[in-house]
Amino acid sequence: MTLNRRNFMGKGAAVAAASLAAPMVMADGHGGKPRVVIVGGGAGGATAARYIAKGSKGEIDVTLVEPTRQYYTCFFSNLYLGGFRDLSSIGHTYGTLASEYGVNVVHDWAVGIDRDAKTVSLAGGDTLSYDRLILSPGIDFVEGAVNGWDISAQNAMPHAYKAGSQSELLKAQIDAMPQGGTFVMVAPPNPFRCPPGPYERISMVAHTLKANNPTAKIIIADPKPKFSKQALFQEAWSNHYDGMIEWIGPDFGGGNVTVDPAAMTVDIDGEVVKADVCNVIPAMKAGRICEIAGINDGNWAPVNGHTMQSRIDENIHVLGDACAQGDMPKSGFSANSQAKVAANAVRGALTGSKVFPAKFSNTCWSLLDTDDGIKVGATYEATDEKIAKIDGFISKTGEDAALRKATYEESVGWYAGITADMFG
Amino acid sequence: MRWIYGMLLGFGLLGSPAWAEYDVHAIGDAEKGAKVFNKCKGCHQVGEGAKNRVGPHLNGVFDRAAAAVEGFKYSKGLQRAADGGLIWDLEHLDAYLENPKALVSGTRMSFRGLKKQHDRANVLAFMRAYSDDPQNIPEAAPTAVASEVELSPETLALIGDPEYGEYLSNECTTCHQKDGSDQGIPSITLWPAEDFVIAMHAYKVKVRSHPVMQMMAGRLDDEEIAALAAYFGNLE
Repeated sequence: MTLNRRNFMGKGAAVAAASLAAPMVMADGHGGKPRVVIVGGGAGGATAARYIAKGSKGEIDVTLVEPTRQYYTCFFSNLYLGGFRDLSSIGHTYGTLASEYGVNVVHDWAVGIDRDAKTVSLAGGDTLSYDRLILSPGIDFVEGAVNGWDISAQNAMPHAYKAGSQSELLKAQIDAMPQGGTFVMVAPPNPFRCPPGPYERISMVAHTLKANNPTAKIIIADPKPKFSKQALFQEAWSNHYDGMIEWIGPDFGGGNVTVDPAAMTVDIDGEVVKADVCNVIPAMKAGRICEIAGINDGNWAPVNGHTMQSRIDENIHVLGDACAQGDMPKSGFSANSQAKVAANAVRGALTGSKVFPAKFSNTCWSLLDTDDGIKVGATYEATDEKIAKIDGFISKTGEDAALRKATYEESVGWYAGITADMFG
Repeated sequence: MRWIYGMLLGFGLLGSPAWAEYDVHAIGDAEKGAKVFNKCKGCHQVGEGAKNRVGPHLNGVFDRAAAAVEGFKYSKGLQRAADGGLIWDLEHLDAYLENPKALVSGTRMSFRGLKKQHDRANVLAFMRAYSDDPQNIPEAAPTAVASEVELSPETLALIGDPEYGEYLSNECTTCHQKDGSDQGIPSITLWPAEDFVIAMHAYKVKVRSHPVMQMMAGRLDDEEIAALAAYFGNLE
């Protein structure tokens, strides 16, 4: 067997020697350092880039491929809809990752992956080689998931489930609603990004409407019989927004929906509703690059929880919303937690650094109204089959105002913490 | 700040006979202040044998320059304030206790403040007794209380591995900021190892009530807690 760097790397026993030997053996233009390419600069990808670059102290070349120069976090974008945050306050750039951590930030789309050659091709025409590839592309929508809706209708009926211009559009539409108008949400089936997200959004839209448009109505057509933090949300809706919100579950036809973006109507189980604003959140799947890489099983990319390696290709790790891992919800917190496990495993494989056992955690805060925050969270461990839940907690109904305010303040602190953890 | 105005009157600056007999040291009621000080005890000791813990000891704090207790690692924010000439006189202590972050932005003192004027007056009266000039520390027992959880000497003596602590800290830094700043979530950097270990065990056995921390601490063993204490205790 010819000893080349690619098959030399990744062999656990040889890696300590590799970091010394590689510069002499290899001279193909990148100093012989092992290379990690990361696709997607959100909570999974940005965190992984930072932790690998920081931990390896220059021993690993890290390239982050992310199309947007200004990244808007999905978490807290509902607070923007509620008027609690400016859009600019949830926007982040990659300058610190590049300047302080030495991450090679490439603003481009990954459009192809050759798993045999271990290369990623970019829409701009370039090709990147990798020793380990990390895919953290977030979600895309399942085509045809909502009758009458496709991506060409996202201006008339925004999803606002990838933050940024879609969030701005939805906010502008809510602000322009006629008095007494109707806001309709078509909620997604499981599994989807941010399980409490649609219901926090309803709370935030109601908060905005209560102030500006108190006779407006909100209708949720939902294919799910129950949803995250349901008792907490429904308590808040009746306490803060009494009579404004109607939730239509599958028993009442909430799963049988057809939209007409041209007419701005929503047919819910045969009853046609005229919508002034219609927020369509379709069924989701892993970001398309996972499908292109051929590592999906169904709509998601299965991974081994010990390292976040793809079950189909061990040179690829998949993080966050895109992966099928077990019990963790698809959330920014989860992706951040998974990224640290993957970073530890990748560094261990490429430079022989110490690998510690995987630990995961998640907490999701939701805002119901001014100073009224709730949370749900859990810890997880890796088993051979999946990432399994160990322990968890959830806010309780009827908590006092001081505790709810502290919970909200905690969420603001968490936002500052996690974004510093992602972007440096 | 009306009571400070009262103090000035007491010092005779405005010389009203009604104020002439006012005891200048009677800022508030020291006995009541001792109870208010229970809120401070988690981090600060005062009295004979008081040591630096999460916060510096408070002996002789009155009229001392800010950030001046030897051997305590102050936040950058507090050092900046000290460089700007902050002295812990009555007025500034009062303002700091009312809202620490309003007076010293970037302070690691994770305390919301005492909003009630009489609470501040009382606790300052209590602390005043430990700041006589010259700084003779009264023969009072230290106010540091028995720790929240009983830990074996072996557990307390464990020396943590900071490298393992750094890895484990990845879970903490999703919420707690590494630079020691805190908004809504307390700072956990530069604590003495023992305080860190006791706090984590207090969450683990649910003596402390925060559900997220109970969950996080609940699955850490003694070695892991010691490792985290070692790592966070020495962050620059």
